[in-house]
Amino acid sequence: MKLVVAIIKPFKLDDVKAAVQNLGVQGMTITEVQGFGRQRGHTEVYRGAEYTIDFVPKVRMEVLCDDDAAATVAQSIIESARTGKIGDGKVWVVPVEAAWRIRTGESGPDAL
Amino acid sequence: MEFDVANLNAGDTAWVLVSAALVLFMTPGLAFFYGGMVRSKHVLGMLMQNFFSMGLVSVIWAVAGYSLAFGGTGKWIGNLDFFGLTDAATMYPADPAGVEWFAIFTIPPLVFVAYQMMFAIITPALITGAIADRMRFSAWVWFLGLWAILVYSPVAHWVFSPAGWLFERGALDFAGGTVVHINAGIAALVAVLVLGKRKGWPNKPMPPHSLPLTMLGTGILWFGWFGFNAGSALAANGLAGQALMNTHMAAAAAMLGWLIIERLKGGHATTLGAASGAVAGLVAITPCAGYVGGLAPVYIGLVAGVVCFLAISLKNKFGYDDSLDVVGVHLVGGIVGSLLLGFFADPSINAIVGANPGVLIKDGGTNLLVDQLTAVGATLIFSGLVTFAILKVLALVLPGGIRVSDEDEERGLDLSQHSEVGYSYAER
Repeated sequence: MKLVVAIIKPFKLDDVKAAVQNLGVQGMTITEVQGFGRQRGHTEVYRGAEYTIDFVPKVRMEVLCDDDAAATVAQSIIESARTGKIGDGKVWVVPVEAAWRIRTGESGPDAL
Repeated sequence: MEFDVANLNAGDTAWVLVSAALVLFMTPGLAFFYGGMVRSKHVLGMLMQNFFSMGLVSVIWAVAGYSLAFGGTGKWIGNLDFFGLTDAATMYPADPAGVEWFAIFTIPPLVFVAYQMMFAIITPALITGAIADRMRFSAWVWFLGLWAILVYSPVAHWVFSPAGWLFERGALDFAGGTVVHINAGIAALVAVLVLGKRKGWPNKPMPPHSLPLTMLGTGILWFGWFGFNAGSALAANGLAGQALMNTHMAAAAAMLGWLIIERLKGGHATTLGAASGAVAGLVAITPCAGYVGGLAPVYIGLVAGVVCFLAISLKNKFGYDDSLDVVGVHLVGGIVGSLLLGFFADPSINAIVGANPGVLIKDGGTNLLVDQLTAVGATLIFSGLVTFAILKVLALVLPGGIRVSDEDEERGLDLSQHSEVGYSYAER
């Protein structure tokens, strides 16, 4: 099994969710996060005083899937999250050692 | 003198009663105006410093504050004739010249006492914006009480009581440009200098945590200010209408002035700029509200908006952490208004202006401007010195000093001073 992790622009969440669901993925977890990459942060101005805000709000999406599906899921996230502008985010895939469904105790791919 | 019930006018009395409520409402408004501008861990600390004034200063006012401001015929301070508000029918200020100034008043003395109380509450509350995030609450309690007695009451006596030396000179202050805004503004500057900067200022960003709260507070302030200024006519008449209109026009024009220069200098028109500009205009029109007419409030507002915007950059230049710009908005705005009154005061609007119209008015001259300068200077010196003395003494005698520890400042005033948090996002 694999865990596909994506950092995306918050306003792209609905598009990405729909794209991933279309692949038959049953579940996902999202978190509101803050961070920066090459986009860096932005400037805010209060009463003429400029503040540089390093951390930009993003959404972190986690999708647990079969080994075979990981590349497809990652690809669909990339396509649906892309605006072409700096700050579109990242996707990466990490191996998962084991997984269980808590309600039934099923494990492995059956738990997905 | 005793109030003659035959003089009572129901309309006037009703308007001043409502105005007292409007002015009281400004203190929560101010709390939210400031509260939105601090970081979230200090929001309750800010709200509490303001709200607490409604508790402590009210009691002080009833016991002795009103009497010290409006009792007797002394030039410098009142007396204790009205101690404890025991004889409600006689609590008008006595007029030393025997003119019986207040004989023409049509509202019962106790209504005047209540109305003036709301000014005494909000004036020290204005200081909280400058000292945000770093004063111990118990030190604030002592400071607030001492300042209300030792600074507010005397200055109110000078300017608002017919016996006061500035009133007698002919200095004009319709609703509190000197007594409220310059008084609190200079105290704020002194308090900042004594307390020192917030930890990390100016290198660490400390942006407002909730500008929606600040906008809400601005709306409440604007609304309440109609009671502050138009209520100061102490009657429901044409002068009150003039003051209300002036108040509104100055706030509107100052918002425009602030936003125009902000847009030109920084590229954006901000919500905080709109709020700050409106408040700057309200501050500047306060001394002028019942003495000017026509487009004078628009000019006063525009000047206040631009000048106050420029004034807030002074803190970065000189390195004093006036956290929420009380100096830039209230001190500078109050001075702008008090001095512009020397240019725009018009006897056709208010006969009290009399033989000393403003510089720009027909038959005008500089007499009034000189009186206004005297009033501004006297308030700056007196309030500045006494505020300094109060804080220095408190720093010596209070076991914990006047400033929170570095650790408590880091945790936030909400937790360290009040054992509460402003926002609880998850069920705990």
